[in-house]
Amino acid sequence: MAPFSPTATPPLLRIADLRKSYGQTRVLHGVDLDVARGEVVTIIGPSGSGKTTLLRCVNFLETYDQGSIAIDGREVGYRDGAARKLRSERDLARMRAETGMVFQSFNLFPHLTAAQNIMLGLTKVRRMGSAEARAKALHWLARVGLADKADRLPSELSGGQQQRVGIARAVAMEPKILLLDEITSALDPELVGEVLDVVLSLAADGMTMLVVTHEIGFARDASHRIVFMADGVVNAEGPPAEIFGPDQTSERLRGFLARFSRAHRL
Amino acid sequence: MLAQITYAIPFLIPGLLVTLEVSVITVVIATAIGVLLGVGLIYGPAPLRWVIRGFSDIIRGIPILVLLFFVYYGLPLTGLNLQPFAAAVLGLIVFKVAQVIENVRGAIGSIPKGQMDAAKSIGLPFPERLAYVIAPQALRRFLPPWLNGVTDAVKGSALISLLGVGDLMFDIQKVVGRTYSPLTLYCFGAFLYFLINYALSLGSRALERRFSYIRD
Amino acid sequence: MGYHLNFTLIWRNFDKLWSGLILSLELALLSIVIGCVIGLALAALYVSGGRVVRALIAAYVEVVRNVPLLLLVYLVFYGLPTVVNIAYGNTTSFVVTLSAYAGAYLVEVFRSGLEAVPRGLSDAGKSIGLTPWQRLIHVRLPTMLRIVLPALSNTFVSLFKDTSVASVIAVPELTYGAQWINFNTFRIMEVYLVVTGMYLVTGYAILIGLRMLERRYAIGR
Repeated sequence: MAPFSPTATPPLLRIADLRKSYGQTRVLHGVDLDVARGEVVTIIGPSGSGKTTLLRCVNFLETYDQGSIAIDGREVGYRDGAARKLRSERDLARMRAETGMVFQSFNLFPHLTAAQNIMLGLTKVRRMGSAEARAKALHWLARVGLADKADRLPSELSGGQQQRVGIARAVAMEPKILLLDEITSALDPELVGEVLDVVLSLAADGMTMLVVTHEIGFARDASHRIVFMADGVVNAEGPPAEIFGPDQTSERLRGFLARFSRAHRL
Repeated sequence: MLAQITYAIPFLIPGLLVTLEVSVITVVIATAIGVLLGVGLIYGPAPLRWVIRGFSDIIRGIPILVLLFFVYYGLPLTGLNLQPFAAAVLGLIVFKVAQVIENVRGAIGSIPKGQMDAAKSIGLPFPERLAYVIAPQALRRFLPPWLNGVTDAVKGSALISLLGVGDLMFDIQKVVGRTYSPLTLYCFGAFLYFLINYALSLGSRALERRFSYIRD
Repeated sequence: MGYHLNFTLIWRNFDKLWSGLILSLELALLSIVIGCVIGLALAALYVSGGRVVRALIAAYVEVVRNVPLLLLVYLVFYGLPTVVNIAYGNTTSFVVTLSAYAGAYLVEVFRSGLEAVPRGLSDAGKSIGLTPWQRLIHVRLPTMLRIVLPALSNTFVSLFKDTSVASVIAVPELTYGAQWINFNTFRIMEVYLVVTGMYLVTGYAILIGLRMLERRYAIGR
């Protein structure tokens, strides 16, 4: 991926000193992360590092205890102002409509067809008429290569196909930022490629993305910037060349990558 | 033997109608209340959840007969004097409500957690999440056990004969008392109950097949 | 409400409730044991039998499961003695009824339990030279029993509650005791509060006890 030249405008997503605990267990210890408009940032790291929790905080599927997450300057979970008041349900719903998420276990609505899965958000949240929504849904299904599966139920689709519908469902809402949570981890290896191809083409079109993944190859080829998390904080970050390059200074990261390539050597 | 049955039939019809009537009223009202309380059990604030949970556990932990006696003999003491029919139906409704709450809990609880996440992530507010994502899936999981419960309601209704309500069981007892042919009449009565419930269970199996395309 | 709760009459007659509770437990225990024998035997017959056998067993199960227990109690107590030359007391009659009732439910439990035993275990038994009978006794049945343990505990608690129906033929179990106190002292609220408590506590205790047994022996789903 060509190096990214951030514009002078403020970042689309700004995470500052984010902290979160589950009961007594500290998961996030003060994470700082910016994502600029049009940037693809990939988070890698060992399990338990807090990557998925971080992602789920961005669209407030998880609450956060301290720090801030702002999209285009607006705090995600809490109202503007000094007092830390939780946003109302309607407000949160509106914030979530600005982000799109694709899940590891697809989470397609099983009682709706592929097209209807995409149309649900368009009709109920974007308030489109059903004809317009269907046209859009078909457009995005074609974009992910599944135009002929529009009226199929998720149970009739393969894992890779379901995940592509999941991507279409998220992208059709035209979110400001796309959150991808280990979207290929639950797929059979031969189906991973078709999903990653879709993601790559979306990135090429300028979609802003925050990706959590185990696919180191994807991280290297598709990201503008890679963030390595360990123990609930950002341990290292930089463009792929730097992260995977020989001058990488972080011991933790080097160890992680070494274990990774050992595991993948057959 | 056949003569005894044909003699008895006209005397059993009123009771049969009462049994059907009681069953329908019980199931309809109890389902409406039970679904509301079940949703409150899953999505309500903590105190409400505890009350509903406590209610459901207590009612399901005692025999139906004890509940019926409690309602029948106890209610007048609170100043509410109901006819035996109304008291009996009230008791049956309370029992069925607890069952329906459990059905709802099981149905919604078996929906994968990711569904709520996905519904949230496309920006749906809570009422729309329930209406368009949770409810359709819950309904399909709710129907089979609920339909099984309907046969339980019909069977439980036989106990109201002990409170003097003139249902099918009550009429059977009356005819037996007059004709002294208990075995024939009880067998015939069993046949009638069996017809009602077997038809219901066939219906439930058909429904289960129709909704089975949702892969769990 | 001019009713004041007064439990003294209840405690004075508590022996009726206590002995009633014990009897209820005994009835439930007897019924589940006999019911298990019936259920196991019929389940084994079902899986190995021909179409006629299966139809008969299915008919038995369907009839018992779709007819009110109350009716079955009357049928056995009042109806059977007119054709079969048996004279039995109300308690015996009730045990017969409840056992047959339990048996019908348990046939299903054991049949699906037997089917849930993984084929691999039978194959392993075959490969060390066990005969079909030996495989049944030493491999499949023990495994099946552990699989069905949760269903068995639930059935036992259900049966315990079902013993209340015995009160209609004057079997002196817990509900009968409650009604006796009700009619003789008019302390309706008190007696039913106490009896409700007794059913709840006992049911809960049974469940907890059986869960502990399950934890040691059951094979989880």
